[in-house]
Amino acid sequence: MTYALELKDVRKSFGKTEIIRGAQLQVEQGERIAIIGPNGAGKSTLFNLISGRFPISSGDILLRGESTTRLKPFEINRRGLSRSFQITNIFHRLSVYENLRCAVLWSLGYKYSFWHRLNGLGDVRERAEAVLEEIGLKRRRDTAAGLLTYAEQRALEIGITIAGGADVILLDEPTAGMSRSESDAAVELIRKVTVGKTLLMVEHDMSVVFGLADRIGVLVYGEMIACDTPANIRNNQKVQEAYLGGHAPAEAAA
Amino acid sequence: MHTNMSTTMKFEPINLGRWIIWTLFTLILLVAPLIFNQSASISLLSEMGTVMIFALSYNMLLGQGGMLSFGHAAYSGLGAFIAIHTMNMAAGGELPVPTTLIPLVGGVAGMFFGVLFGYVTTKKSGTTFAMITLGIVELVFACSLMFPGFFGGEGGVTTNRVIGEPVLGISYGPQIQVYYLVAFWLLVATVGMFAFTQTPLGRMSNAVRDNPERAEFIGYNTQWVRYLTLVLSAFFAGISGGLSAINFEIVSAENVSMVRSGAVLLFTFIGGVGFFFGPMLGAVLGVFLTVMLPNYTKAWQLYLGLFFIIIVMFAPGGISSLIMMNLRLVKFGKFRRVWPKLLQISVMTLIAGLGAVLMIEMLYHLTLDFTSGPMKNLFGVAVDTTKAGGWLVALALLAIGSFGFWRVRPGFRHAWGEANMEIEDAIRRAAA
Repeated sequence: MTYALELKDVRKSFGKTEIIRGAQLQVEQGERIAIIGPNGAGKSTLFNLISGRFPISSGDILLRGESTTRLKPFEINRRGLSRSFQITNIFHRLSVYENLRCAVLWSLGYKYSFWHRLNGLGDVRERAEAVLEEIGLKRRRDTAAGLLTYAEQRALEIGITIAGGADVILLDEPTAGMSRSESDAAVELIRKVTVGKTLLMVEHDMSVVFGLADRIGVLVYGEMIACDTPANIRNNQKVQEAYLGGHAPAEAAA
Repeated sequence: MHTNMSTTMKFEPINLGRWIIWTLFTLILLVAPLIFNQSASISLLSEMGTVMIFALSYNMLLGQGGMLSFGHAAYSGLGAFIAIHTMNMAAGGELPVPTTLIPLVGGVAGMFFGVLFGYVTTKKSGTTFAMITLGIVELVFACSLMFPGFFGGEGGVTTNRVIGEPVLGISYGPQIQVYYLVAFWLLVATVGMFAFTQTPLGRMSNAVRDNPERAEFIGYNTQWVRYLTLVLSAFFAGISGGLSAINFEIVSAENVSMVRSGAVLLFTFIGGVGFFFGPMLGAVLGVFLTVMLPNYTKAWQLYLGLFFIIIVMFAPGGISSLIMMNLRLVKFGKFRRVWPKLLQISVMTLIAGLGAVLMIEMLYHLTLDFTSGPMKNLFGVAVDTTKAGGWLVALALLAIGSFGFWRVRPGFRHAWGEANMEIEDAIRRAAA
């Protein structure tokens, strides 16, 4: 069968340092997978490789069976893979609504059009308003994105990521830096907006990971040492060693 | 005055206010030459119109697309050259193009060169883009001296805008007819460029300005967005070039020079890049200053430079943002609290400015114009530039003004900051 996303022996070196050392992963359509691992394990780098931000050194990445390793980020996005960023990456001078409108334009086929009037595009408005509603920023519609609170910006970040209707979603630490209640709200949001979609997320917060993921992938020093259900990961000998062997944040023992 | 570069741009749905503004704009275009009806002012108005189009097209790059170009004159200038050759061919009967449509010829030519050069320049963004544009305009300028056949060498290419028989009494001989031609194209170009800001590409151009990386991850090739924006901008620049060919009946190497490119950057920035109408204000003011100031002083370029520096330092949003910030104060009923302080600081600035101007004028007179004797007429008063008296007065004005400015500034900043803070609070509360 074809996987929604498949990594085959992916390697990435920066100079002489190999950061990703033969990562393997198969993600089925509709699966939610959380990637965990100690700091510096290469989780964000892995996302950058999958989304085309950096080229890989060797191996292969397949999106629905097709290799994406030679594609630019925008080409990968057009094939239905969308990502969010660990450090908020939005259009800060545009309003919340405009941010979302930009994010839906390509997917609705308006491309580089300079012959359509934006305000006349009903489908764009509907989709942008729907996402606005979903991420709970309706009352901030016309606020410049740069003026939102941190949690609001994180919600917008997720909104931009899902607005284009991609069915493979990569979220890089969506709850980083949030308070407990904010993070709970973010988890609910992620659950809601990724229904029926394939989700891959990097996350440090174990309650988020265990609450959301169907499977958990453990990345240690650039290798995927295990990828299994939460229950099995909890009892996995290799994972315990990796985490308790000194490179792990304490929360991982939970 | 302290304003914020990151003032957000509002794009509101079609509303009554917008129709009023467009109607008003059309009326001003129609009525302006009836009020300023001397021949000198009508040609000044015509020039303002062409530069307004040029500055607006420049702001498609700078303000809306975040592309700092040092070579925009390449497009308007080459558009002007093609336009003037077309006019000469029309006069020779080889190419029947009416003068009315010459600006369109300029536009298409500008667009053609935008397609050509833009492909190279927009491969990069930021500083690299700026450097390549600098290279391109130098290249075109060098070509203009190398190929006198096309560019007319030192003297440039001349033409006669009166071609064939008058149509409906319009021959474009009288300046007033040229003015209305400029006004017509200005209106068309302004509507066109404003409409561009309301299209998917126009909006994505803003997005690429704000965050090119994120734009790549929502499906857009940022290089292509920049390229298409530049091509369209070059089209409008070419229209302005075509109009200037008609207006002046001469196009020379100066039209494709760095100097011209630098001037449009200056005007656009002075007017303000954050609002659509900013560059229009900048063009009006810029043309007015560059045409009128030299009549009064040899130091006009120095004043223009100083003015630019002051704008960049104290009002980086340009004149348009100053106006809009003050209008916002009025709208929220806070202007009453701010205006006494505003008046104070303006008076002090004026006094210091006057002192500085007097000193600059006397210095210029001493160093450059001394053959005509030591006397210099300053604002109607004859001053002996070799005696201490005039210098002391100037120095005193500068000192008083500067000291006063320094004293009233904290109060002004406090009142200004407080009022704006309250307004932002009010807006936030209204949103919540």
